Amino acid sequence: METDQLIRTLAADNAHRVRPVGFVLALALLAAAPVSVAMLFAGLGVRPDLMTAMRNPFFDLKFAVTLALAIPAIAISLHLSRPEASLRGWKWLLLIPVGLLLAGIASEMMMPQRLPMMTRLVGNNSRLCMTAIPLMSLPLLVAALIGLRHGAPTRPAVAGAIAGLLSAGLAATLYASHCTDDSPLFVATWYTIATALVTAIGALAGSRVLRF
Amino acid sequence: MREREDEWTGLMRSAISGDGAAYHRLLKAVTPALRAAARRGLARAGQPVDQSEDIVQDILLAVHLKRHTWDANAPFAPWLFAIARNKLIDSLRRRGRRIFVNIEDFAETLPSELAAQTAPASEVAAQLKSLPTRQREVLQSIAVDSASIKDTAAKFAMSEGAVRVALHRGLASLTAKLREK
Repeated sequence: METDQLIRTLAADNAHRVRPVGFVLALALLAAAPVSVAMLFAGLGVRPDLMTAMRNPFFDLKFAVTLALAIPAIAISLHLSRPEASLRGWKWLLLIPVGLLLAGIASEMMMPQRLPMMTRLVGNNSRLCMTAIPLMSLPLLVAALIGLRHGAPTRPAVAGAIAGLLSAGLAATLYASHCTDDSPLFVATWYTIATALVTAIGALAGSRVLRF
Repeated sequence: MREREDEWTGLMRSAISGDGAAYHRLLKAVTPALRAAARRGLARAGQPVDQSEDIVQDILLAVHLKRHTWDANAPFAPWLFAIARNKLIDSLRRRGRRIFVNIEDFAETLPSELAAQTAPASEVAAQLKSLPTRQREVLQSIAVDSASIKDTAAKFAMSEGAVRVALHRGLASLTAKLREK
């Protein structure tokens, strides 16, 4: 087929319209979220002292940190779905959860503590945390990759990594309602390891499925 | 340069608001720039520059299928060249860099000297054969016989809507096949 013929064919298809990337991403995440929520309720359940825990600022901080990761990661992944986009100017958004965690650790240090630092850091649920967050993030990661495939990310591994951060942030938000370890030291250690794992999976998957 | 790019942005805005003729003009207008970029890339990678047409068609298909990622408030050229660069790198990688000749010094002059010699594109045509019959017939009718959607519908006793669907599906699966190759 000659290029002029191809151009004529493409022009004939001009009327075809597709949904914006944001719409497809939102739809995919909304479809995947119930799966992750079901995993939470079927496998773990929320902690029994949820109502009391909500009065503990360090319990609330977990949600602030995980959402401060998930929401900017959604914004960045939408940005990266455009071919000419770069991370410049956007990657700083990912420092928000880091800053929140550091502030949390600092304020916990300043309070009188019943438990020594290492005990708070190791916690009771570290192994569960490292398994549950990646497992619950998988449906969300698949959804995020489906959404981004609809876009045109020219750096597929980076876009995949951000999709990993996004899904780990959302999964960690769910997991936080089960986990009884509220110390920011625990969150900074084990949630971070779990998130890093999902990010690596996302980068690997992205470099394969996000090329267009 | 600046003027040319503003013109592209204007044409693309008309195109996404439904002006098929503006879209046709835009694709025609950007093709020489894409061809030059493909030739430069091939030359830099030490590949025969006369293979540029397959890359040009690859880029045009990607531009078409990903045009919803263009932000109508942004200039068109950076978006276009980001797609082009991506496709160029991709196809150089697929071709493999078997010929290790350092001709970087000639990169700027070589393509224009050989501008007249370009092998016809063959990849899209080859993949076209593997499409389902209906999609292939519709694509050929519009591409080769330059029939309109309406005429194509009449010729195959299809509705215009069905022709449009076959056309779009055909283009999408052509692109997918080119990527898998």
